[in-house]
Amino acid sequence: MHDSGKIIGGLVIFVAGLTFPFWFTLAAGQADYRPDPERPTGQKHCVEDTAYMKAWHMDLLDHWRDEVVRNGQRVYLPDKRWPCSRDEDCTGGFCQQGICRYDMSLTNNCLECHRSRARFCDRCHDYLEVKPYCWDCHLAPEEE
Amino acid sequence: MKAAVSLIVVLALVVLAYLGTGLGQAGFIFGIVLPYLALAVFLVGFVSRVLGWARSPVPFRIPTTCGQQKSLRWIKHDRLENPFTAWQVIGRMLLEVLFFRSLFRNTRMEMHQGKMTHGPSKWLWLGAIVFHYSMLVVLLRHLRLFTEPVPFFVGWIEAADGFLQIGVPVLYLTSLGLLAGLGYLLLRRLFIAQVRYISLLNDYFPLWLLLGIGSTGFLLRHFVKTDLVSIKSLTLGLISFSPQLPEGVHWLFYAHLLLVCTLFAYFPFSKLMHLGGVFLSPTRNLASNNRAVRHVNPWDYPVKVHTYEEYEDDFRDKMVAAGIPVEKQPQPAAAAEKE
Repeated sequence: MHDSGKIIGGLVIFVAGLTFPFWFTLAAGQADYRPDPERPTGQKHCVEDTAYMKAWHMDLLDHWRDEVVRNGQRVYLPDKRWPCSRDEDCTGGFCQQGICRYDMSLTNNCLECHRSRARFCDRCHDYLEVKPYCWDCHLAPEEE
Repeated sequence: MKAAVSLIVVLALVVLAYLGTGLGQAGFIFGIVLPYLALAVFLVGFVSRVLGWARSPVPFRIPTTCGQQKSLRWIKHDRLENPFTAWQVIGRMLLEVLFFRSLFRNTRMEMHQGKMTHGPSKWLWLGAIVFHYSMLVVLLRHLRLFTEPVPFFVGWIEAADGFLQIGVPVLYLTSLGLLAGLGYLLLRRLFIAQVRYISLLNDYFPLWLLLGIGSTGFLLRHFVKTDLVSIKSLTLGLISFSPQLPEGVHWLFYAHLLLVCTLFAYFPFSKLMHLGGVFLSPTRNLASNNRAVRHVNPWDYPVKVHTYEEYEDDFRDKMVAAGIPVEKQPQPAAAAEKE
């Protein structure tokens, strides 16, 4: 007696499970979807430069939360020293001693430029199945 | 020594990824060629190995049992220890595969006040089950980087795994479980003399390799962050067979990927094939019904036999002439003719 029938059945199930990402994504037809978060228009730069923000924004916000809530510090001096001569050069921040500084606040600072949670934050977060708990406390700005 | 050699191999792979993608521009090889190659080796290797096993005949039932076989009605049958039907075998296999029941029965012998004593030893079981379930959850969590849209259950797993909400992004318990389980499985090989004595290079190598994968993954999530959208665009490109290499991805990601590719390519040739083999272990997966069902050996060769009766037919006359007693007496007519 051979058990090859059962074994080949098991093997087919195994290979189907292993290749799940392939056929699931191809069947959904969204393999070439890339999120396109809405960028603010008419602003010069973010608090830090874009590459840093893409990878580390969550640490920045976490750090801000601790600084404001636990240490009472509200002014952020970016690692990236943006030179400035007046407040308007700083995209929502303010100019002090020729360097831009920022108010450490998600609601009053970040969301001033990035005005829509759905069209900015959520696009990448949904793409990567990230569910940050920012919004457990913070109110998302009202969608226009 | 064997542990050191396999550690050096794994570290060399990390250095190779750094030289290729941190210093050099070989992202095409590390990000696109090797993943396809590794997956192909894994699939072909895995399937052909299991098919090789499937070709083996299953002549007799050879389950190892430690319970009462099915017998007379009034004798209590131990269904899981001595399965008689297919469903009982399935029950036994489920306990084996999902809970590592054989490993749970592990015992150790010790001299205790001059006497040999046997006691339970659960550490190996604990290390193994923590590692395997963490590995499963980590694999399922990675689906968020390999599917679009992400299936609903991935979010549930992430929420449960990260429910302590430590740090941002949140720390997953299985990240720690994976490293702790592997760490224990490695340390027992290094520090228990008897286990070290029987440990081979191909025992240490998978452990270091998995530790390398786990720790580079942990670093990438918590300490060396890189743009995940770029990484997912690479993986989705790979699975839709139109790969595009993203720019500005940290070399440590390619180190992680190279170690994973190594694991996939190495898998079919290694002890890790117990993934498929556990279902094919005849001492576990056969019903103990030798007394109730006749099992015919499929490779029984048609032996040419020459029976005593045929032998006597050939030589009866000579036997009678020599005075040797025969079973069947010669025909009187034939005998008369001879005279």
